[in-house]
Amino acid sequence: MGAVRNISRRSFIKGIGLASGGLIIACNSNPFASEPKDLIEFNPNLFVQLNSDGSLVLVASRSEMGNGVRTSLTSVIADEMEADWKRVSIKQATGDAKYGDQNTDGSRSIRYLYETMRKMGATTRTMLEQAAAKKWEVSVEECSAKDHFVHHTSGKKISFGDLVEIAKTLEVPEEVTFKSKDKFKYIGSYLEGIDVPNYANGSAVFGLDKRVDNMKFVAIKRCPSTFGTAKTFDDSEALKIKGVEKVMQLDRVPRPFGALGGVAVVANNTWAAFQGKDALKVDWDLGANGSYDSDDYMELLTKNVHKKGTVAKESGNVNKAFRKATKIIESTFKAPHLAHAPMEVPNAIAVVNGDTCEVWAPTQDPQTARTEVAEFLGVEKENVTINITFLGGGFGRKSKPDYIVEAVAMAKQLNSPVQVIWSREDDIQQCYFHTVSSQYMKAGIDADGNVSGWLHRYAFPSIMSTFNPAADGPAGWENGSATNMPYLIPDMRVETGKAPAHVRIGWLRSVINIPHGFSVNVFIDELAHAAGKDPLDFRLNMIGTEDRIEGGEGDYKWNTKRFRHVLKQVAKNADWGKKLPEGHAQGIAVQYSFLSYVASVAEVSVKDGKVKVHKVHTVVDCGVAINKNTVESQMEGAAVFGMSLALYGKITAKDGAIEQSNFHDYQMVRMHEAPEIHVEIVDSDEKPTGVGEPGVPVIAPAIVNAVFKATGKRYHSLPLSDHNLV
Amino acid sequence: MTTLNVNGKKHSIDVDPDMPLLWAIRDIIGYTGTKYGCGKGLCGSCMVLMDGQAINSCQMKAATAEGKKIITIEGENKNLQLLQESWVKHNVPQCGFCQPGQLITATALLNSNDNPSERDIENAMSRNICRCGTYQRIKSAIIETVELKNS
Ligand code: FES
Ligand code: FES
Repeated sequence: MGAVRNISRRSFIKGIGLASGGLIIACNSNPFASEPKDLIEFNPNLFVQLNSDGSLVLVASRSEMGNGVRTSLTSVIADEMEADWKRVSIKQATGDAKYGDQNTDGSRSIRYLYETMRKMGATTRTMLEQAAAKKWEVSVEECSAKDHFVHHTSGKKISFGDLVEIAKTLEVPEEVTFKSKDKFKYIGSYLEGIDVPNYANGSAVFGLDKRVDNMKFVAIKRCPSTFGTAKTFDDSEALKIKGVEKVMQLDRVPRPFGALGGVAVVANNTWAAFQGKDALKVDWDLGANGSYDSDDYMELLTKNVHKKGTVAKESGNVNKAFRKATKIIESTFKAPHLAHAPMEVPNAIAVVNGDTCEVWAPTQDPQTARTEVAEFLGVEKENVTINITFLGGGFGRKSKPDYIVEAVAMAKQLNSPVQVIWSREDDIQQCYFHTVSSQYMKAGIDADGNVSGWLHRYAFPSIMSTFNPAADGPAGWENGSATNMPYLIPDMRVETGKAPAHVRIGWLRSVINIPHGFSVNVFIDELAHAAGKDPLDFRLNMIGTEDRIEGGEGDYKWNTKRFRHVLKQVAKNADWGKKLPEGHAQGIAVQYSFLSYVASVAEVSVKDGKVKVHKVHTVVDCGVAINKNTVESQMEGAAVFGMSLALYGKITAKDGAIEQSNFHDYQMVRMHEAPEIHVEIVDSDEKPTGVGEPGVPVIAPAIVNAVFKATGKRYHSLPLSDHNLV
Repeated sequence: MTTLNVNGKKHSIDVDPDMPLLWAIRDIIGYTGTKYGCGKGLCGSCMVLMDGQAINSCQMKAATAEGKKIITIEGENKNLQLLQESWVKHNVPQCGFCQPGQLITATALLNSNDNPSERDIENAMSRNICRCGTYQRIKSAIIETVELKNS
């Protein structure tokens, strides 16, 4: 943890956008930063500013996209500081390395920053107590902060604001004590999202809502196949449209997050730009991916998983275990590409002035955006400012700043401020797609009904292919959800097959845990059935009664105790095994991802061949839950997100082009289909872990397992609409 | 010239007669609370009230809306205000992007039905997509608003 400093009197607070005058406490949250010897070396990224009127400004370094992070991050500081939440306002940091890692991805914002924020808050509180002691000429032990005041044992009190001038002159205390858990006011409570009123009255400014002077609206027609290029184009019809000003070619920037290139229509309003784009006639060179056919590709993947692959993990002797088994079960699971489809399409504003550039965009990763823009323009990063607007959803799509590079390229080419706007069709067809996968699984059941041997072989185009086009197999971390499981299976082998990519592959909310969570959870259900056991008992038995602490990531080992707990608790909440109405059935699944444990039970019915999801019970163990309101919302949202992909999610390609285009053929669950959702957050003192993603992977397998229970039919591929179930 | 009455104010605009109301409101008049989500009448992000009814503004030409009273999320309507309060109380929004559309659809429902059943709410609200999945909270917020009004 970095040092906390009092920088109230330092000149370098300019540039972070805080007005001078208040008490300003800063800290570097980067765990890898070396301890600064002097203030010149000190490169802080978290800031607390207390003004003499009592107002408190906290800088949020992470992006707000529905994850509630602007509220949860800052509430930790406010709680430790004994500040009144109502006095807090939040300033969004621009994209700058001085704010430490800002990538709002991987469900780790809270995990990375929790301890540091507590220290900042506790330090500020201690300094205010010291300031009061100094003012009253009493011992600091007699002073204690509470609700934006420092109180003296005699009963007198003084407001935080009135202590600013003295506190500014104090040294930062070396030792501070954290509040005990029972004293928390905001941490672990149900805080209302700080931005919620502005979402409800329409005043929150998303990327699409931002305007700058003299801004042109730009729509880009991109090649239907990935990395294809425009040979020639005819813009005569486009230029006839009222509002269209110019049509120009945009070159591809061949970097992982570079612009795809295409033909750009410049207009004085969005609609004219969209109309102009539709009116363009372009002759494309479809390039190497022009023959991509996702049905053929699925066949290829499936062929590859039915032959020996590359070993990712091996323990014991699988073949020997299979020979000992009395029953052998084999299944092949298939899951298609998915698109993120955040409600707000990708968009960005860029203004380029000589060798400086300013951007406004909904981005999850402003520093990568800054690097990409600086690289593209050939200027220093210091010349590039990335302003982060609200994000109308991200789900991983907005970690990839290709749309920002497009805006910068257009602004430069046109010598004018521009806003590049993707249509929904662009968004669904030109995404960084969630991978497509085929998985072969084989396991034996012995005479006692236990698993004897487990073989899991899968093939899917890797995210690494976006960075290295030659990558045709998973990166190590993409195996984690298959190799890092809590089940006691001594004889186990995990293998991977070849899968070259033909579209840009990206990460989508919960990433590889979607296909792995699906196959593993459905397969275990099949094994339980083959063994004649209840799926919950069978899982608990596979986990064992002993508390094993292993696997995991770095300091964060998983503990089988926590797996067992979420499973048992969700079964209890859902009243697992209870008598249900005719045609109804329950299914269960559990997944460890982003260091959190989630189990869900889905209750479904199948009537006239159609599935309805009535209820979802979820139990999540994410360590200390900072804002329970946010954790519950994220789990509710994850249930709907998981259900959309289970029921409808499928992106396919023919002749290199994506076949879906909008919400009629890439459907989302709507209110009348959405289940009743119950969430329980495990009370925990463990370090906080992921919340945004871990609720997703359990939903599809829980539904599929419930459908089996209801109908006796086992579905091995997603989505269920392919099986005429919706 | 097309004259539109938006949130009680008249705006005369010179646009292509085919321009959808959505873009006239957002890009020309400048109320950006009304959102673009699909442009095809599929998601409800662009919902506005037209003479009290909820319509997808991406599907209506600006010219057709002449002479009608248009209310956006920034506008005033008693049910809208009540719903907004309830939205805050239930902490409905996640990313917030779909919420103006959701609120407008819910407002139109309450404008036409004093006591909607849960089924009525689901039917009306199924015109709107929320990718973040806030449906359960939306439903609770509407139900509470109805109860509050009827008590
Ligand atoms: S933008 Fe009009 S319905 Fe989606
Ligand atoms: S709150 Fe994000 S789309 Fe509805």
